Amino acid sequence: MVKTERNKTITRPSEVRVKDFEEVSQGFTYELMKAEAERCINCKNAPCTSGCPVGVKIPEFIQCLKNDDLDGAVKIIKLDNNLPSICGRVCPQEKQCEDKCIRKLKLGGSVAIGSLERFVGDYALADSKPIPKPSKRLDYKVAVIGSGPSGLTCAADCANAGLDVTIFEAFHEAGGVLVYGIPEFRLPKDEIVKKEINKLTELGVKIKYNTVVGKTVKMQELLEEFDAVFIGTGAGLPSFMNIPGENLNGVYSANEFLTRVNLMKAFKKGSDTPVFVGKNVAVVGAGNVAMDAARTAKRLGADNVYIVYRRSKEEMPARIEEIEHAIEEGIQLKLLTNPTKILGETNVEGMECVKMELGEPDSSGRRRPVEIPNSEYVIPVDEVVMSIGTRPNPLLTREYADLQTTKRGTLIVNEDSQETSVQNIFAGGDAVTGAATVILAMGAGKNAAKTIIARANSKNV
Amino acid sequence: MNKILRKRQLSENVNEYVVQAEDVAKHARPGQFIILRVDGEGERVPFTIADIDTKLGTITILVQTIGMTTYKLSLLNEGDYIHDFVGPLGNPTELSEYKNIVLVGGGIGSAVIYPQAKFRHQNGLQCDVIIGARNKSLLVYEDEFRQNADNLYIVTDDGSYCEKGFVTTKLETLIKDGKNYDCVFAVGPVMMMKAVCDLTKKYGIKTIVSMNSTMVDGTGMCGCCRLTVGGETKYACVDGPEFDGHQIDFMESVNRSKFYKEHECECYKRELEKNGKN
Repeated sequence: MVKTERNKTITRPSEVRVKDFEEVSQGFTYELMKAEAERCINCKNAPCTSGCPVGVKIPEFIQCLKNDDLDGAVKIIKLDNNLPSICGRVCPQEKQCEDKCIRKLKLGGSVAIGSLERFVGDYALADSKPIPKPSKRLDYKVAVIGSGPSGLTCAADCANAGLDVTIFEAFHEAGGVLVYGIPEFRLPKDEIVKKEINKLTELGVKIKYNTVVGKTVKMQELLEEFDAVFIGTGAGLPSFMNIPGENLNGVYSANEFLTRVNLMKAFKKGSDTPVFVGKNVAVVGAGNVAMDAARTAKRLGADNVYIVYRRSKEEMPARIEEIEHAIEEGIQLKLLTNPTKILGETNVEGMECVKMELGEPDSSGRRRPVEIPNSEYVIPVDEVVMSIGTRPNPLLTREYADLQTTKRGTLIVNEDSQETSVQNIFAGGDAVTGAATVILAMGAGKNAAKTIIARANSKNV
Repeated sequence: MNKILRKRQLSENVNEYVVQAEDVAKHARPGQFIILRVDGEGERVPFTIADIDTKLGTITILVQTIGMTTYKLSLLNEGDYIHDFVGPLGNPTELSEYKNIVLVGGGIGSAVIYPQAKFRHQNGLQCDVIIGARNKSLLVYEDEFRQNADNLYIVTDDGSYCEKGFVTTKLETLIKDGKNYDCVFAVGPVMMMKAVCDLTKKYGIKTIVSMNSTMVDGTGMCGCCRLTVGGETKYACVDGPEFDGHQIDFMESVNRSKFYKEHECECYKRELEKNGKN
């Protein structure tokens, strides 16, 4: 076997991209896509597919690419993944499909499956042919709560099967975390997210904006009007550290900071929605959201942006590409560092931290960070963004107590059907798993749709 | 898009809007709030519900022109549409366990206590009302309160109407006169609510206030509206907006409310200039 090196996607130079919010990675050209597809050796047992949370038939779609059959590739991917242009951009491929690729260690690096998927997804989105209408219509009404990845997927599958679908969205715009959380420079809204949503409405899916289920409309009312309900409300409740000074002006949850910038467009000059950007910004946490917040702060004009993380670089949970991009853009890592206090009278004037070292592995298998006594020091910052995770929003479960939840507030579902403790109410995505990935949420939405469609078919016999 | 059915100017810079919003009106209860965006580029701003008509499917809000969004709103008239209007958010007021209560409204805060006065009046429950404003032109809902309060007391800071003084002065007089209130529900500027709470703490009277924090989503996902209550961080949007006033760190809330002052002033100026005013 020939050791050909993995092809790199076209990436805008850091000194240019850090000044705007346009997409960082430009993906593959057709030629690069072809060259990368050729690297797939189509191994028999397809370990990549086993690494994909939704089991996309990866070697099969890559074979189509080798034959210039893009439509074929779209068909194969969409059997398992409705949103390839999104997943190609935001999936942690290096921990999933690409981690299992036989080329990973000795043959020039894993096949760039994510970038190939993105290429196929973008091709499908650019296709302006009218969407084929479902071959039959079933008398079966589905309410989908939330228009994030799980809700969009569940809605699309149900609509494709001829069901009558209505999405209820709390915000004035659809997309959930895809629009309020993930920044423009990583996932363009008009070119990608809006197009996916337009395809849904073309399919006949109705979207009710500004509708908070549990407040504007009660769950009981949905159950009376709809045959099935899918809850895809995500994990929108931000966690704070509960350290002194967290309510000072200049301390944000990553959710708030990113929502102001992304959904409310505070990144545009003259925007109505304000956002504060300090000279020196500390982002606490090291997941994708933390990288997003840090890189957003940099783009908004912060001089110094620090990622403050209590473990070491190896344990950083963000996608490798995001960490690399962040470092290229001048984000500074303050590892093995944990905040203890935010200083200031009215506004943030600094953050006191303690140094950490790694001890014995904890229940997560990662080495537990332990404080080094008397190692406190102050980082001079005027803004702190807390990005240490989110929990499911209790708004709906408080209003409709029949839904069983875990102690962490996540909904309990049957793993095969995604059905909750209440018949005909299904759930998936972060509302069930706690903060996880787009692809897992999508998979859950797909799974729930299967059960819902089966019920619709048996009702309509 | 929600249509403005009626607009009424209540004072120099306070307008009352009756907005078509069947979905919101269906479940809305006194004490809850809505979030609106004036136009497709607008910020999300919360307003407490001042009146609900479930039959007509309307929600009433009172808006004092103090910044860009409220100024943009002031330019809208009957027949115009508000781009986004979501609610009812937050928890309803729960005062049924109290027998002898006084509602205290400062300035535009009177709009928040009004539905409670109406609710108690309609249900045959006692309710006294104190409303106060800097001067006569800023007083709102006097007639509405006359019809719904057992006793209505009006004060103005400058004495331009009724008694001269602050709501706290009046409240203290009433307490000293042996009114025996078991609950005070106070809504208005943060410093006024703080003053009321400082007073009632002295007399050991349970006091509930409604916090009008800055918000983005209003459903608990951003944490912008957080405040400290009894040493714990709470969200005004999902845990409130009403809290035990004796437990609130008011100075922190005052500080948080000032965070975007500069931006707000700039935007307001820009908006005025755009409309040929300065």
